Amino acid sequence: MKRFIHFLIIYAIWLLLTWSFTPQELLVGVVVALLAELLLGDIFPYEGVRVFHPRRFFWLFCYFWVFLWALIKANFDVAYRVLNLYLPIKPGIVKVRTKLKSDMGRTFLANSITLTPGTMTVDMIGDHLYIHWINVQSADIQKDTEIIVASFEKYLERIFE
Amino acid sequence: MSSEFIGYVLLSVGIAFDLFGCIGLVRLPDVYNRLQAATKCATLGTALILLSVFFFTGFGAITIKALLCIWFILITSPTAAHAISRAAHRSGIKLWDKSVSDKYAEDREGAEDKA
Repeated sequence: MKRFIHFLIIYAIWLLLTWSFTPQELLVGVVVALLAELLLGDIFPYEGVRVFHPRRFFWLFCYFWVFLWALIKANFDVAYRVLNLYLPIKPGIVKVRTKLKSDMGRTFLANSITLTPGTMTVDMIGDHLYIHWINVQSADIQKDTEIIVASFEKYLERIFE
Repeated sequence: MSSEFIGYVLLSVGIAFDLFGCIGLVRLPDVYNRLQAATKCATLGTALILLSVFFFTGFGAITIKALLCIWFILITSPTAAHAISRAAHRSGIKLWDKSVSDKYAEDREGAEDKA
């Protein structure tokens, strides 16, 4: 079942990429999707498929807008810092803790942090994320977690956990 | 307001953000700060340029490819930044002199002492 869902997803991406529905293309798509699934299917985490549950999908939809807003803010933040004559930065690497357990949730969290204002994930060891922050506000783990992680975590928890 | 006009607006804003990212690459002091500027601006800037394709050509084969490209950029760009910054830190590249804290280095030194 798991493999069949993977196959369908890969085939859907193939159809979108080629966007032609002649029999040859459809047939080659089946072959390519099968090959890709057989060779790489083990890497793809099964948690990813759970997102198609309606409730999780709803939260994913909400999360998308939160993320988009953060991304836009991040870009104006960079523009402000870069164009300012005095270069107002105070960089450093801080440590935060995450409650998320699933690989997929953690991947999304790390990538979201990288794309939000002033922060970039450097490494993850155990439950701790090491984050390069362009404007460090405190060196306290609890406080940093509150500022950087909390807003995404509450959505990702509902989507992937 | 024609859709072509919206396309031009998106294209201009996208190019502007890509430009800010490039200025950041030149002005910011160390590899980590530069990566921050490059990742964020290149992601949104390039995504907006690709999105403008939708307003120029309408819904079709090209648009779908562009939208898929946006999705792939959103996934791969932060992953690449993460890999580069981690590799840079592990190969001993120091943070900028005026950086205020480096918890990662402290924790890694502790771990290496124990090992």
